[in-house]
Amino acid sequence: MTNSERNRLKDKAFQVFGIFCTFIGLVVLGIFLIDIIIEGSRRLDWDFLTSLPSRRASRAGILTAWVGTLWILVLTTLIALPLGVAAGLYLEEYGRKGRWANFLEINIANLAGVPSIIYGLLGLEIFVRQMRLGSSLLAGALTLSLLILPIIIVTTREAIKAVPRSIRDGSYALGASKWQTVWNQVLPASFGSILTGIILALSRAVGETAPLIVIGALAYVPFTPSSPLDEFTVLPIQIFNWTSRPQAAFLENAAAAIIALLVITFLLNGIAVYLRNRQQRKIKW
Amino acid sequence: MLKLKLTNLNAAVLVGATVLFSACGGNAGSEGGSDLTGSVQIDGSSTVYPITEAVAEEYRAEAPDVRVTVGVSGSGSGFKKFSRGEIDITNASRPINDEEAKTAEQNGLAYLEIPVAYDGLTVVVHPENDWVKEITVAELKKIWEPAAQGKIKRWNQIRPEWPDQEIHLYGPGVESGTYDYFTEAIVGKSHSSRGDFTASEDDNVLVQGVSTDKYALGFFGLAYYEENQGKLKAVAVDDGDDSNGKGAIVASLETVKDGSYAPLSRPLFIYVQSKAVERPEVVDFVNFYLENAAVLSEEVGYIPLPDELYKEQQQKFEQFVSGKGAATAQQ
Repeated sequence: MTNSERNRLKDKAFQVFGIFCTFIGLVVLGIFLIDIIIEGSRRLDWDFLTSLPSRRASRAGILTAWVGTLWILVLTTLIALPLGVAAGLYLEEYGRKGRWANFLEINIANLAGVPSIIYGLLGLEIFVRQMRLGSSLLAGALTLSLLILPIIIVTTREAIKAVPRSIRDGSYALGASKWQTVWNQVLPASFGSILTGIILALSRAVGETAPLIVIGALAYVPFTPSSPLDEFTVLPIQIFNWTSRPQAAFLENAAAAIIALLVITFLLNGIAVYLRNRQQRKIKW
Repeated sequence: MLKLKLTNLNAAVLVGATVLFSACGGNAGSEGGSDLTGSVQIDGSSTVYPITEAVAEEYRAEAPDVRVTVGVSGSGSGFKKFSRGEIDITNASRPINDEEAKTAEQNGLAYLEIPVAYDGLTVVVHPENDWVKEITVAELKKIWEPAAQGKIKRWNQIRPEWPDQEIHLYGPGVESGTYDYFTEAIVGKSHSSRGDFTASEDDNVLVQGVSTDKYALGFFGLAYYEENQGKLKAVAVDDGDDSNGKGAIVASLETVKDGSYAPLSRPLFIYVQSKAVERPEVVDFVNFYLENAAVLSEEVGYIPLPDELYKEQQQKFEQFVSGKGAATAQQ
């Protein structure tokens, strides 16, 4: 076997390995989805989406849960997005590099790995008790914002780093100030990637149960929240609650609720992809 | 020995209580069509949750403008919030402990413990397990006590005629009230057992574990056994005391209700605090709870108390509301 043949063989082998790796994830996801859809689709109808929780599995619905999840998502975005992007911008564009910057950087990276229940405990003490927000939507959204801030900061920085130096130089050469450069050039150019990071972060937030249970999110809420200070429940709590019930009918409900949660996540991702594509078309370098 | 702690349902009365209750709260009727408003905040045990959820659901028809919310943060978390006065009622699958009681006292709260139903902790094995039919409390202790860790590993160590096979243990997570109750009843000390068993907060995971493992032994609430009877075999438990039913007894609705399934029958509670019962909607809700707990607890898989016990609780609650300890309420 010649050298080049051997290399070609290696190439082929790696390709097969790559395909295999890709499919492991997809197959597992596929099996899970099919299982859930088979089990849950029977229960998923308009009534299920518009009914209140109930002890009778066949009458129970997820109205308060999905409305709560939407509230949490919107509030978390409103809080975490400006904070995270601003922090990332500061660290990347304004902050001086040095010991202090390194220290911040390491800590933010570490924060991204802290278990979510710790954020729940933090949220309970600061937002629920000290700030007296109670077990409200706002306290939940603030807690989840803390949870996803490190992810948003890190992705924002990476996105900004990817903007070519020449763009900034060009902007400065035309007499633009730092802020004008950031606002008119750097941010629009990196917006697509930042958005991807935010969506990933929000997709994590939407599935979180532990921190919300800690801050006192409820399982039975017979009304939909009408202000950020109302109590709430979210889909993952409802799902967790149903999967731990003894009666098999509740498992069916849980499967249907999982489908609803997946739909919300997919919609979210869809919106992000749309916005990103629209943004990228605007950049004409 | 009947270990149900129903006899010492002591409402803690604060020494030199500063909180005196207005007597008018006690008169809030529980008749239908109420125009009450306000809110009732409940949290605590996920074991008791299905009953409280059912009551809350029915109560909506009774008083549609009262916002009843129920959380599932667990017995321990529930008591923590309860003793700080952050919630009105807490669901509990174990009695309040000294530390929690002390916190409540420090915060100026008196409270009333109200049993609302029974649960039977069922000892289960795999359906193909043909050697275990009944087991004694002493044997269970030998298996589960802390000293058994690393030592009692095979079935024949418990009874020589049982097979020489590894025993695999399954039980609820150590944070659950179910675990606390089991260890108290079997080992003799709450929260104390061997650590090398498969623990899960989700009882369905335990069902799954025992039903797929021929050499398994586990325990969990009766409802989980009843819903999975084809996949599991319940083991009769002998407490060595013939005064409450002779020999080994299998957990069932009847044996739990009549107290013969001992010592693994346990009461489930709600706790109400003194500041909360100053509000008529809380009083009304608790009364409604006690009137309907029998039907609703059975519907969600638990065992109702005897009727006279509910009546007794209603009286105790009335006294509590009208200011227990005040001279007029003592008769």
